[in-house]
Amino acid sequence: MGAHHHGPAQGISRWLFTTNHKDIGTMYLWFSFAMFLLGGFFAMVIRAELFQPGMQLVEPGFFNQMTTLHGLVMVFGAIMPSFVGLANWLIPMMIGAPDMALPRMNNWSFWILPPAFLMLASTLFMEGGAPAFGWTFYAPLSTTYAAPSVTFFIFAIHILGVSSIMGSINIIATVMNMRAPGMTYMKMPLFVWTWLITAFLLVAVMPVLAGAVTMMLMDIHFGTSFFSAAGGGDPVLFQHIFWFFGHPEVYIIILPAFGVVSQIIPAFSRKPLFGYASMVYATASIAFLSFIVWAHHMYTVGMPIAGELFFMYATMLIAVPTGVKVFNWISTMWRGALSFETPMLFCIGFLILFTLGGFTGLMLSIAPADFQYHDTYFVVAHFHYVMVAGAVFSMTAAIYYWLPKWCGRMYSEAMGKTHFWISFIGFNITFFPQHFVGLAGMPRRIPDYALQFADFNMMSSIGAFIYGASQLLFLYNVIATIVAGKPVSDEKVWDGAEGLEWTVPTPAPYHTFEEPPAVPKPAGTI
Amino acid sequence: MGKVFSGAILTFLAPLAAAQNQVNMSPGVTEIGADIFELHMLIMWICVVIGVAVFAVMFYSIYAHRKSKGHQASQFHESTKVEVAWTVVPFLILIAMAVPATSTLLEVYDNDEAELDILITGYQWKWKYEYLEESGEPVAFFSNLATSQEEIYNTDKKGDNYLLEVDEPLVIPTNTKVRFLITANDVIHSWWVPEIAVKRDAIPGFINEAWTRVPEEGIYRGQCTELCGSYHGFMPVVVHAVPRGEFDAWMAAKRGAAVAQTQLAMQTLSVDDLMDQGKAVYDSACLACHGAQGQGGIGNAIAGSAVVMGDLSSHMAVVAKGVSGTAMQAFGGQLNDVEMAAVLTYQRNAFGNNTGDVVQPGDVTGMKNG
Repeated sequence: MGAHHHGPAQGISRWLFTTNHKDIGTMYLWFSFAMFLLGGFFAMVIRAELFQPGMQLVEPGFFNQMTTLHGLVMVFGAIMPSFVGLANWLIPMMIGAPDMALPRMNNWSFWILPPAFLMLASTLFMEGGAPAFGWTFYAPLSTTYAAPSVTFFIFAIHILGVSSIMGSINIIATVMNMRAPGMTYMKMPLFVWTWLITAFLLVAVMPVLAGAVTMMLMDIHFGTSFFSAAGGGDPVLFQHIFWFFGHPEVYIIILPAFGVVSQIIPAFSRKPLFGYASMVYATASIAFLSFIVWAHHMYTVGMPIAGELFFMYATMLIAVPTGVKVFNWISTMWRGALSFETPMLFCIGFLILFTLGGFTGLMLSIAPADFQYHDTYFVVAHFHYVMVAGAVFSMTAAIYYWLPKWCGRMYSEAMGKTHFWISFIGFNITFFPQHFVGLAGMPRRIPDYALQFADFNMMSSIGAFIYGASQLLFLYNVIATIVAGKPVSDEKVWDGAEGLEWTVPTPAPYHTFEEPPAVPKPAGTI
Repeated sequence: MGKVFSGAILTFLAPLAAAQNQVNMSPGVTEIGADIFELHMLIMWICVVIGVAVFAVMFYSIYAHRKSKGHQASQFHESTKVEVAWTVVPFLILIAMAVPATSTLLEVYDNDEAELDILITGYQWKWKYEYLEESGEPVAFFSNLATSQEEIYNTDKKGDNYLLEVDEPLVIPTNTKVRFLITANDVIHSWWVPEIAVKRDAIPGFINEAWTRVPEEGIYRGQCTELCGSYHGFMPVVVHAVPRGEFDAWMAAKRGAAVAQTQLAMQTLSVDDLMDQGKAVYDSACLACHGAQGQGGIGNAIAGSAVVMGDLSSHMAVVAKGVSGTAMQAFGGQLNDVEMAAVLTYQRNAFGNNTGDVVQPGDVTGMKNG
């Protein structure tokens, strides 16, 4: 072999044994899309049952299994792995590295995911059914009162945690050690920065989640009483531990999305990102704050007033760095030369809807008002605005933006734009009315509801079917592009795109930057 | 095409206009409810103003700074002044929000000097209310969903208060500071009545406090808001606020009934009495899982069951202690001796079981004690 460049192995072994960051990134992306469709299918079952008052299609217990699996699959199976896939593809290419720092571990961190989800999905067919305690799995509903399948759920969570921690260590090691000469920290593209910070968050909190599920395991099988008052424990302890993981977790999901948007908006504004340094500092501040706000998910558990006040003030503070980011993105667009290809449309959709989700987040942070909002559909609307219109929209933008670079073929712009408009409209028809029913008093996670909520629920279900169907168009567009899209060969697929990934040939060869590139100019200038 | 489109728009806008579709939080009837509502509106309007300003700038840019119109991109990319301004100004706005939020929160937490204490216990899937008073026969009862299975499964027309009606509501006096002590028996529940702005988690092994003072007579409805298992959506909260005099009369009647029940437990009841009362208990406590004809469903069949037709003490043990790891809960704490005797008698003789066994309240007391 010697100095020969070798391409991918043939057949299935290419995928099983690959250590190539692009192959692994591809597998992560396809896997997460499959999970997105599975989680979406669960959501369709939920919305179909809620189409009208009365029990129609499923039993209440099965409905709870659907809400639980929908949440778990979307958070741990769709959104998180999709951003890891993006990181795999892009971080080495953005910092001028030949691959990830720990390629064998990279393979392993992907390949333990499919069995974990297979195991989680298999609980649907077990006696007693799948986990039915919500994706937040509060004890003792998830311990003493859970179906036997909870043990498989715990094992699955452990595996996902191991995978995430390995992925994060890999990203940290890559970013810290493999940047091309001249690629200083403050020259790194924002996507790399947001992922670096995200990776630190993951390393910090995934072990906490592992601790929580291990304590559950002990309570269930080994007679401990961590979460049972009868044995000297405390069910609320579970919530503190869960949300100490869970709040950083939502930033783990959204920070890479911020990174994506910070790459794409400048490209289609043909203007450098406004306030690069403040973007980095804002990201770091959000990450720091995420560790001291967890109990705002627990305003109604009966905390002392001092605790309520502390968590309220700390939570309100998050609005400051988040506001800075939104202002920076809009200033980037200001006096640019804007064009509205599909990735830009999804970013603008992100900007509008994520900001709405931020506003409802601020409302939710106000503890006394939260006594009325807590655990209603208002919360459901809020977090779908930030998770779907935030993370999923930006992920979709990322796919449209980088797909031509990856496969050397252009997607259909008409189909992309159609996908955007159907998604945008469908999303809002689904989730905007949920603000109304939540404020009017509809609790979340109920399979049937009082008659005054009927109209808006029907509207929500129709919207959900529209939004769900639009994702099939997306799938078709991506496959059609890879198979038969119009070939592109310009290194810079987009005239306004900046960064090292646009200096390699299109489609990106199997190995890139075996020789470190010269880093031309600081990020933030053109 | 235009017609279809405007038709679709109308379909989606119609619910907004319809009177019964509430789109905002209710200020409710209490002072705190009104304070929370004002706070909610204040924060919302601040957000709306900021949102309109920010999006106006963005949409102007989208309109004016298009490449297709030949706009040339300028290359500015930072401005310390502007960046400091949009860090500091939001911070000041937040302080302005925190002030009313803090004072409202202090009110919510003012649990002192209550005139009436009520212990609320969440069960899967019903609420138990106990009036904690120093003297007199204790008053306690369960409050179950009153909506019928036929309505839920769409074979019967749904009533106006579908899923928000109970067999026995919580009754409280108006213009009285009522303190709720909230806990749970099994998993975490959450007791919420939007109109009086009280929501507090019910946590097994711990007691949370909340309070209200309801100025107006009325019926206020709410639901459990913490996922608590299969029938989480089917455990409503209904509060009747009545004038003090009416409350006292109600209380006296409840006490009388409690005394009568205690006396009843010492008597020997007729088979018909036991069967009648047993059917009532069965319908509210057992029917949802075991079926109207004892045919089973979520639970095992009662008709022809070996447990029901076998040894009485093991039959009672199952009813009283439940079966761990299944949906069969422990009813020992929920049924008094008369009700327990009645439901055991009923199960042993209804649905063609015909064992001929008659269980008296005294038998239940005896089995409990040894």
